Amino acid sequence: MADASHPGTQGVDRIQHAYLAQVARRRLYGGLTLLVFALLMISGFVVADDRNAGGFWDGLSHVGDYPAVVLSEAWEKRADLPALIAKFFPALVETLNIAAVSTLLGAMTAIVLALLSTRGLARWPRMVPLFRRLMDLMRAVPEIVIALVLIFVLGGGPVPAMIAIAFHTTGALGKLFSEVAENADQKPVEGLASTGANWWQRMWLGVLPQVAPNFLSYGLLRFEINIRASAILGFVGAGGLGYELRNAMAWGPGRFDEAAAIFILLFGSIVFFDQLSSRLRNSLTEGQTH
Amino acid sequence: MLEVNSLTRQYGSKRAVDRATFTVAQPTMIGVIGRSGAGKSTLLRMLNRLTDATDGSVTVNGRNVTRLTGAARREWQSRCAMIFQQFNLVPRLDVVSNVLHGTLNRRSTLATMFNLYPQSDIHRAIEILDRLGIAEQAPKRTEALSGGQQQRVAIARALMQDPEIILADEPIASLDPMNAQVVMQALRRIHEEDGRMVIANLHTLDTARRYCDRVIGMRDGRIVFDGTPAQLTTGIAREIYGAGADFSEAATSTEIETLDREMEAVRVSDALV
Repeated sequence: MADASHPGTQGVDRIQHAYLAQVARRRLYGGLTLLVFALLMISGFVVADDRNAGGFWDGLSHVGDYPAVVLSEAWEKRADLPALIAKFFPALVETLNIAAVSTLLGAMTAIVLALLSTRGLARWPRMVPLFRRLMDLMRAVPEIVIALVLIFVLGGGPVPAMIAIAFHTTGALGKLFSEVAENADQKPVEGLASTGANWWQRMWLGVLPQVAPNFLSYGLLRFEINIRASAILGFVGAGGLGYELRNAMAWGPGRFDEAAAIFILLFGSIVFFDQLSSRLRNSLTEGQTH
Repeated sequence: MLEVNSLTRQYGSKRAVDRATFTVAQPTMIGVIGRSGAGKSTLLRMLNRLTDATDGSVTVNGRNVTRLTGAARREWQSRCAMIFQQFNLVPRLDVVSNVLHGTLNRRSTLATMFNLYPQSDIHRAIEILDRLGIAEQAPKRTEALSGGQQQRVAIARALMQDPEIILADEPIASLDPMNAQVVMQALRRIHEEDGRMVIANLHTLDTARRYCDRVIGMRDGRIVFDGTPAQLTTGIAREIYGAGADFSEAATSTEIETLDREMEAVRVSDALV
């Protein structure tokens, strides 16, 4: 062989021993990690079970009770369901609106923040930690807290919900976008830089075409999550489907058919948007390869 | 031993490989040449079953492998190793782990997922690396190696499979001349010492001439030449590459000696002027 470093049989023996020792060490660490993982799982479960008011094992048999009541009542009044679905449809539209606007707003801010906090792409590399912490903060505060504060300041309605969800979306999507952008190929960016392109041009023309399918698919996933989030915010007075659901559920038996109708609407719309988004994603990635 | 009969691959309206037919009676080192897009890669990928054939058959020792599915297909793939232009190793794993991937078809999924390979396999992997002159690199991460070393790791993975046939898809296209020579010599040695069949796609004529016993020329998906390197005249080479009269074999060369000859020729002609 052309290589000068050609070890004899002695050398091979040495290499084999060294490598086997390395393998043994790695297996030991692997085993220990597995053990720690198993212990954490078990202890976590035990702690959670201890602190649970009712006890996990006692409660386990009653998990199905509430859904059973809701389902049986809804089944009895199944004839009313189509009318109820029609009745709550406008509320669904409101919920979807809140989700769509906040996803769009959040995603746009997230793109900028993500690029600013990606090593190798950042406009101001020293500020990367700052933008990262900013996104951490936006992710850390639950939507419902922001919404409650805003409802207190601005009064009830869809606008506080929208701002709250957009805020959280920015933090959550920014993190995901930044990870995608980190894996983007730097060569096109360097190519554009060599032509004298500025930061915005490099990002828009060099990075976004590469990451667009992933950004879109994360954005659509976030949209689904936001539909659910905006429905929940209705519980605290932000309007939409959640408000109706709270009324139906809080009033107890007698209006469970309404609750069932709202669940069907929610489930249906999530399935719908899931299908839609996978279609969109496929067409986008296929459009790329051909 | 290997019989390829009317092997065809259709992409839309285009035939990437068009009724390719050839027979190999005994282990031979075969070079497949042709322009890019001539169907060389598709031909090799169909032999390994990475790409499905649209029509035709590949028969190995009397068994048609083009219609195998599931475990039978994977078993065939393990006996028909493939080497790629871009090495296709796992960059973050160490060299020996990459070589041990050659045994994946024989070991249980769970054991391989936890990297539990038998000691004898590990010994053999390092011996193969030693044979290829890169045993010293064994514990390193594969991404830390040079291109030529990585391609030898890929060859070691192929040898670990203990295959009947080694397919090499442009094995030296992304290597410098020195490393290209080392890799081609390694493939030749494997052919001569182990008696394995090697089929290599090569984009330079002189490499095929120098290392192969038999050359197959492809153009637009069809096999247009099949013979010994000696039968491959400049006229036939021009036809394979679709080149004009200005085509010279040295122009596609990666050999340092050829470069010297070229330079010499230039110097002589300069001196004449």
